[in-house]
Amino acid sequence: MATATARSAVLLLALISFLLLLPFLAAALSVDSPKGRRVLVLLDDLATKSSHSLYFRSLQSRGYDLDFKLADDPKIGLQRYGQYLYDGLILFCPATERFGGSLDQAAILDFVDSGHDLIIAADASASDLIREIATECGVDFDEDPLAVVVDHIGYAVSDTEGDHTLIAADDFIDSSVILGDKKIEAPVLFQGIGHSLNPSNNLVLKVLAASPSAYSANPKSKLSNPPSLTGSAISLVSVVQARNNARVLITGSLSLFSNRLFRSSVQKAGSSTRHEKAGNEQFLTEISKWIFHERGHLKAVNVKHNLVGEADEPAMYRITDDLEYSVEIYEWSGSSWEPYVSDDVQVQFYMMSPYVLKTLSTDKKGVYSTSFKVPDVYGVFQFKLEYQRLGYTSLSLSKQIPVRPFRHNEYERFIPAAYPYYGAAFSMMAGFFLFTFAHLYNK
Amino acid sequence: MVGKSEPINGTAKSQPPPSPLSPKSPDLLSGYFSFKSLKLKTKQQELLIRVSILCLVYILAFVTRLFSVLRYESMIHEFDPYFNYRTTLFLTEKGFYEFWNWFDSESWYPLGRIIGGTLYPGLMVTAALLYWGLRFLRFAVHIREVCVLTAPFFASNTTILAYFFGKEIWDTGAGLVAAALIAICPGYISRSVAGSYDNEGVAIFALLLTFYLFVKAVNTGSLSWGLASAFGYFYMVSAWGGYVFIINLVPLYVLVLLITGRYSMRLYVAYNCMYILGMLLAMQIRFVGFQHVQSGEHMAAMGVFFLMQVFYLLDWLKHLLSDTKLFQAFLRMTVTSAVGVGAVALGVGTASGYISPWTGRFYSLLDPTYAKDHIPIIASVSEHQPTAWSSFMFDFQILLFLFPAGLYFCFKRLSDATIFIVMYGLTSMYFAGVMVRLILVATPAVCLISAIAVSATIKNLTLLLRAKTKAPQSASGKGGSSGKAASKGSLDQSQPFQKNGAIALLFGAFYLLSKYVTHCTWVTSEAYSSPSIVLAARGAHGNRVIFDDYREAYFWLRQNTPPDAKVMSWWDYGYQITAMGNRTVIVDNNTWNNTHIATVGRAMSSYEDEAYEIMRSLDVDYVLVVFGGVTGYSSDDINKFLWMVRIGGGVFPVIKEPDYLVNGEYRVDKGAAPKMLNCLMYKLSYYRFGELTTEYGRPPGYDRARGVEIGNKDIKLEYLEEAFTTSNWIVRIYKVKPPNNRW
Repeated sequence: MATATARSAVLLLALISFLLLLPFLAAALSVDSPKGRRVLVLLDDLATKSSHSLYFRSLQSRGYDLDFKLADDPKIGLQRYGQYLYDGLILFCPATERFGGSLDQAAILDFVDSGHDLIIAADASASDLIREIATECGVDFDEDPLAVVVDHIGYAVSDTEGDHTLIAADDFIDSSVILGDKKIEAPVLFQGIGHSLNPSNNLVLKVLAASPSAYSANPKSKLSNPPSLTGSAISLVSVVQARNNARVLITGSLSLFSNRLFRSSVQKAGSSTRHEKAGNEQFLTEISKWIFHERGHLKAVNVKHNLVGEADEPAMYRITDDLEYSVEIYEWSGSSWEPYVSDDVQVQFYMMSPYVLKTLSTDKKGVYSTSFKVPDVYGVFQFKLEYQRLGYTSLSLSKQIPVRPFRHNEYERFIPAAYPYYGAAFSMMAGFFLFTFAHLYNK
Repeated sequence: MVGKSEPINGTAKSQPPPSPLSPKSPDLLSGYFSFKSLKLKTKQQELLIRVSILCLVYILAFVTRLFSVLRYESMIHEFDPYFNYRTTLFLTEKGFYEFWNWFDSESWYPLGRIIGGTLYPGLMVTAALLYWGLRFLRFAVHIREVCVLTAPFFASNTTILAYFFGKEIWDTGAGLVAAALIAICPGYISRSVAGSYDNEGVAIFALLLTFYLFVKAVNTGSLSWGLASAFGYFYMVSAWGGYVFIINLVPLYVLVLLITGRYSMRLYVAYNCMYILGMLLAMQIRFVGFQHVQSGEHMAAMGVFFLMQVFYLLDWLKHLLSDTKLFQAFLRMTVTSAVGVGAVALGVGTASGYISPWTGRFYSLLDPTYAKDHIPIIASVSEHQPTAWSSFMFDFQILLFLFPAGLYFCFKRLSDATIFIVMYGLTSMYFAGVMVRLILVATPAVCLISAIAVSATIKNLTLLLRAKTKAPQSASGKGGSSGKAASKGSLDQSQPFQKNGAIALLFGAFYLLSKYVTHCTWVTSEAYSSPSIVLAARGAHGNRVIFDDYREAYFWLRQNTPPDAKVMSWWDYGYQITAMGNRTVIVDNNTWNNTHIATVGRAMSSYEDEAYEIMRSLDVDYVLVVFGGVTGYSSDDINKFLWMVRIGGGVFPVIKEPDYLVNGEYRVDKGAAPKMLNCLMYKLSYYRFGELTTEYGRPPGYDRARGVEIGNKDIKLEYLEEAFTTSNWIVRIYKVKPPNNRW
C-alpha cells in the first residue's frame, strides 16, 4: 500500500515537472531568435497611439507585442523579480519630466546596458530627462530649447510658404545592413530638433544627416548669434550599437513617425521630382528592423582549435605546433539563422600583439577555418577574433591558450653538426684509457 | 692535563670540553662521574661525551627554530617560500619530469615563466625526497609540514658539519664549540626558522659541506675527497645562486696559496678534481647551464685552473732542467706568454660576447652604490640594502668580538685549513657589510672562527689551572697551541695570581657565552619567528592582536574570482597570490623581466585613465594593493611607492620621480604633489579612507602608518570599483570595470 502511494507520488511529481519543463522544451525546439518581441511604448498622450498608428502597425505586423503606457503611469516597471519584462522600449514621450513608477534615467540606461533596445524620439519640447538619456547615449541635442532644424535650401516644398522647418533630408548612411537592400528614393520629412554626436563616443552613428545648408535655431526670432549647430554636423537620426550589441535609435523628431508625414507627398526644394509618398515609412520600417535585431545580427558558435590531425582541443600548445582553428558564424535573417558569408573574417594569435593574423576561409555554410603554425615564442596566447563591420553586431571572441617551449626530450638527440665533437670526446676517452694502460704497465 | 674539568657537566649550548688530546688517568674524573663503574676508557668516555653533546646541539638547533610554529602555526613564511612551496607541491604531485619541464602560465601573464629552467631545484627536490622517504616509511605527513621543517632539519645537519669542519681546521674542541655556536646564531636562524622554506635553508648546509669537503681534500690530497667536494658543490649549485661565492672563493684561496708558496700536489689534486667535476655537474642545472663556462662571474675559477696547470708544468720542468739560469729564463717566458694568452682570450671572449659580462647583482656586491644608481629593482629590496652596524650586533652579538680573536689564533697557527677559514671569514664579512642578507653566508665562518677563539682561550686557561699541579706533564701536548700554552703556563708559574686570574677569566668567558645563549633565544623568539604573512601587534591593553589580512584576501580571491582572473599587484605579492589565491599574476618575486615590472609600476603611478589603458592591455581583472594606514603597518604599498615610480620611470621616462615629491620630500598629506594625490596607487590605497576615523582624537582619514592626515579624502574611482577590503584594511582588492557599454 505504502509503496503504491509512493509510486503514484513519484509519477505525479514526474508529470508536474514535465509540465513545468514543457515551455522550456518548446522554446528549445523553436529557432532561437536573438531578441524577444515584447516592446513597451511610453507616450505623453494616448492620442499619439492613433496619430502614429501606421508606424505601430508596421511593428505589430512583424510580430511585436506593443504595450502602450502613459509615461507617468505609476505602474510602469521594466523589470520584476530581476527579470526584464520587455525586450525593447520606445520613448515617444518627449515632454515627460519624470516617469511614473520605478522608472528613471538610470533604470533606462541599465535596460540598455543589459542588452535591450531603445528608441528615443524627442521634440521641440524635449524635457531635460529625455535630453539626458540621449546625452548618456552619446548625442547632444541643441541646448537652446526653442531651436529647431531650419533649412532654407533643403526644405520640403509645401503649399504655404512656411518657415522652412519641415525639411526633406536624403543624406542617408551608406549601409544596406542598417537601411535595407532597397534604396530609399524619396527624401525623409523631418521636423524637429537637431543633435550632434559626442566626438568622444565612437559607437554612435549618424544615420540621417542634415544637408550642409541646415542650421539649428529658433525660427521665430531673429538670429543674433551664429547658430551652435550647422550643416551636416547636425544629425537628424542617429543610432548607437552598444558594446553588448544593444541598439539605440535617437531622433529629435517625434512627428517623423507620424501618420501625417508617412502619408505626405514630398518634393524637395530645388528638385523637380515629386514623390507621392515621403521616405519616412520605408526609412523607419527598415531602421526599426535593424534596431530590433531583425537584421545585422551575427553569432559565432563552436569555436574550436586543435592540432592538425587531431580532434580534441589540447590544454596547451607547444611552440611550432601546427594547429587548426575554426568557428561558425551565422546571421539572423529575421526568421532563421543563415550562414554568414564573408571573406574578411580574421583571427589573431595574440600575446600583447598579434603574432599571427590570418584571414579565415569559409565553406559558405557558416564554418570559417584556418590553420597555422604556432610561433616560436612561448607565453599565454589568445585566439582573438574581433569582427566589427558597419551595421553588424560586433563579434569579439577570445580564447586563452598557453604555449610552452620544448620539453627536455623533444629536442634532437644527436645533431649531425656535432659529430666531430662526439668523435673528439670518445677518441679522447679511448686515448686516455690506452695512455693510462701504457703508462702503468709499460715500465 | 690530568683530568677533565668542569665544562663537561655544562649544557651542550656553549661550553665545550677541552681538547681530548691525550689519554689521561681517569682517577680525578671518577670522583665526579660514575664512568668508572662502567669501565670506560678515557677515549671512550670522551667519545661518549662528544657524541652526546653533538646530539644535544643537534636537537637544540632544531628546537630553537620551532618558536615560529609555537607562536603562530605551522605555516610557510614570507614571499619566496610560497613559490618554493607551490613548486614542491607540483613536484610531489606530478613527478620530476613534469617539474623539470614545467611551463607556468599563471605567473608573468602573458609571458609565462619556464619554472623548470629558471629555478634552483635543490630545495624542492630535497623536500620531495624527504616527503617520499617519510611516505615510504608510512608516516602520513603532509607536504606542507615537510616544507615547514626542512630548514630546521638542515640547520641541525649544519651543526654536525660545523663540528667536523671545526675539527678539520683546529681540533675537536673548536668543532664542538662551533657546532654549539652555529646552532643558535641569530644570523643563521633568521633564514632557517620553521616555515622559512627558502633556498638558503638548505644552501648554507651545502655551502659548508662543500667547503668542508674541499678543505678535507686539500688537507689529504685525496681524489675521493675532491670528488666528494665536487658533489657538495653540485648540491650547492642546485640549491642557491650563492654558489657563485664558492666558485670565486675557492680559486681565490688557491691563488693565495700559490702566492704564499704553499702550492702542493694535494692542492693540485683537490682543486682540479673539484673544479672540473664540479663544473660538469653544475652545468646539469638548467638555470646555470653554460653560464658556468661563459659568464664573467665564473672566469676566475677557470683562470686559476689554467694557472695551476702552468704551475704544474713549471714544477715538472724545474725538475727536468738542472740549470737554474735556463729555468729562470724559461719561467719568465712562460709566465709572460701564459698571462698574455689569458688576457687575450678574456678580451676576445668579452668583446665577441661569448663571455657574458658580470650581472648587476654581482656588480652591486663589489660596488655597493652600483645598484642604487643603476638597478632600482635590486636596490628596492630591503634585504639587498647595506648592513647597519646594529644588525651585525643583533645577529652576532659576542661573536663580533670573538671573530678578531679567532683570526688571531688562526694566524698564529697558519695551515692550509686555517688560511681557508680566514679567507672565508674575511670575504664573507665584507659581503655581509654590503648586503644585509649575506650576513647569512658570513655566519658559519664567524661561528667557526669564534669557536677557535673560545676553544683556544678556554683550553689555555684550563691548562694554566692544571699546569700548577702537574706542570711537567703538560709539556707532552701534541698540538702547537697546547705546547705553547703549556710553556706559557710554566712561565706563568712564577706569577702569583695566575690561577685566580685564570678562574676569573674562565667565569668571564662563561658569562659571555651564557649571555650569548640568552640573546640568541630572545632574538629568535621575538624577531625572527614572525611569518610576516600573519602580523602580530600589541593591543591597547597589552593583549596580542593578530592581523591575518593577507590570507583573508588571498582566500577571497580563490573563492570569489573566476579561475582565469588576472591580478595586478606590486611584485612582492606575486608568489603569494599564485600560491594561496591560485590566480594568475602579472609580475611576481622572480624579477626576471624588468620591463614588465616597470609596466606595472607605471600603471600604479599613472592617473586612473592612463592606468586603465595599461591594465586593459594586460587583461587585468583585479588590482590588489596593500595598505597599512589603518593598522599602522609600515611596509605597505604607499611606502614602497617611490620604488614603483623609480622602476617605472627607469623604462618609461614619462614617469618622473620629482612629480611625486614636494621639495624632494615624499608626503601624502595636503602638501603632497598633485600627481601623487591623484595617481592610481594613492587612490586605491586611500579610497573611502577619508570617511574613516582610525585613532581617537584625530580627524578622519588619519594615516597611522605615516602619522598624517591624508591630502585627498574625496576619491572617486571611474574605471575600477572596490571589490574587497580585508577586516583591517591591509589588503584592498579592486575590480577593473569593463569598458563603458555605450561609449
